[in-house]
Amino acid sequence: MDENLKIELGKQGIVVTTLQELYNWGRRSSVWPMNFGLACCAIEMIATTMARYDLARFGAEVFRPSPRQADLMIISGTVTKKMAPQVVRLYNQMAEPRYVIAMGACAISGGPFKQGYNVLKGIDRYIPVDVHIPGCPPRPEALLQAFIALQKKIDGQHLTGEDRPRFLDAEAQGEFPVPEQGEHDLVPTSNKGVWPIKIQGLGTRD
Amino acid sequence: MSSSPYFSLAVLFVAALAFGLGPLGLAWLWARFYSPRKPNPTKNSIYECGLVSKGDAWVRFRPAYYLYAIIFLIFDVEAVFLLPFAVAFSGLSAAACIAMLVFVLLLVEGLAWAWAKGILTWA
Repeated sequence: MDENLKIELGKQGIVVTTLQELYNWGRRSSVWPMNFGLACCAIEMIATTMARYDLARFGAEVFRPSPRQADLMIISGTVTKKMAPQVVRLYNQMAEPRYVIAMGACAISGGPFKQGYNVLKGIDRYIPVDVHIPGCPPRPEALLQAFIALQKKIDGQHLTGEDRPRFLDAEAQGEFPVPEQGEHDLVPTSNKGVWPIKIQGLGTRD
Repeated sequence: MSSSPYFSLAVLFVAALAFGLGPLGLAWLWARFYSPRKPNPTKNSIYECGLVSKGDAWVRFRPAYYLYAIIFLIFDVEAVFLLPFAVAFSGLSAAACIAMLVFVLLLVEGLAWAWAKGILTWA
């Protein structure tokens, strides 16, 4: 539907919408994050949910203690190689559609502990990440902005067509392989399906 | 038929059923078309905080645990009464002392009974 026509009708007091818009509005207004923190970033995440920053304004105050009821996984902190399989398994256990916010330098790249033998250099090696937030730790405002960015992403998802998201594609796999502890590193060291990340217009990043 | 006194009740009953079942049916239809199922062994396994689950979720708890917990609870509450009793002890009348003694002895008798029954032995 034409945007201008919709605005004109809105001025006359007529609300026009589509099923897709309604569906996405409902989904983005009730994203339930998983009750799950990994390191210091989790303290900022907790602060974001409290009265001062109030994540509840965006409909995401219901932190669920079980992956079965959660839509959003906030990777808040350093992912060690000991913890990575658990994180990937929890992601697998979440019901679709599911989203991931990688919060802080550690979650997106290993951060200040990148040289550590025991630290995973970014969780996006194993699971698809929707929003990355830099910062060490990011302030609650940054998490709020990431959340708004995620809401915009959900708003733009199509129900049908070639560019529909993975969870609507019956052919797409829902399982992301859980890495195992090898002799020197996690096996495999990354999931070839999601890593390296494909950035449009830039080819692949290593 | 509409003259029956129960007619409005029947209408309300049908409306109530539709109110409950309608959204459920819509959700079912929506899931059928727009929410393809993607089950896999990891997703279907028993939730254990991200670790590989061991065994079944339907484990048994021994009833001995509950008896133990109840006895603990009773003496926990008794301690709450004993503290003000001890603080006010020097100023208490004989009747108050006897009342407290009865209370404590009743609980001691209960403890002796539980001990004789072997509840305190964790086997």
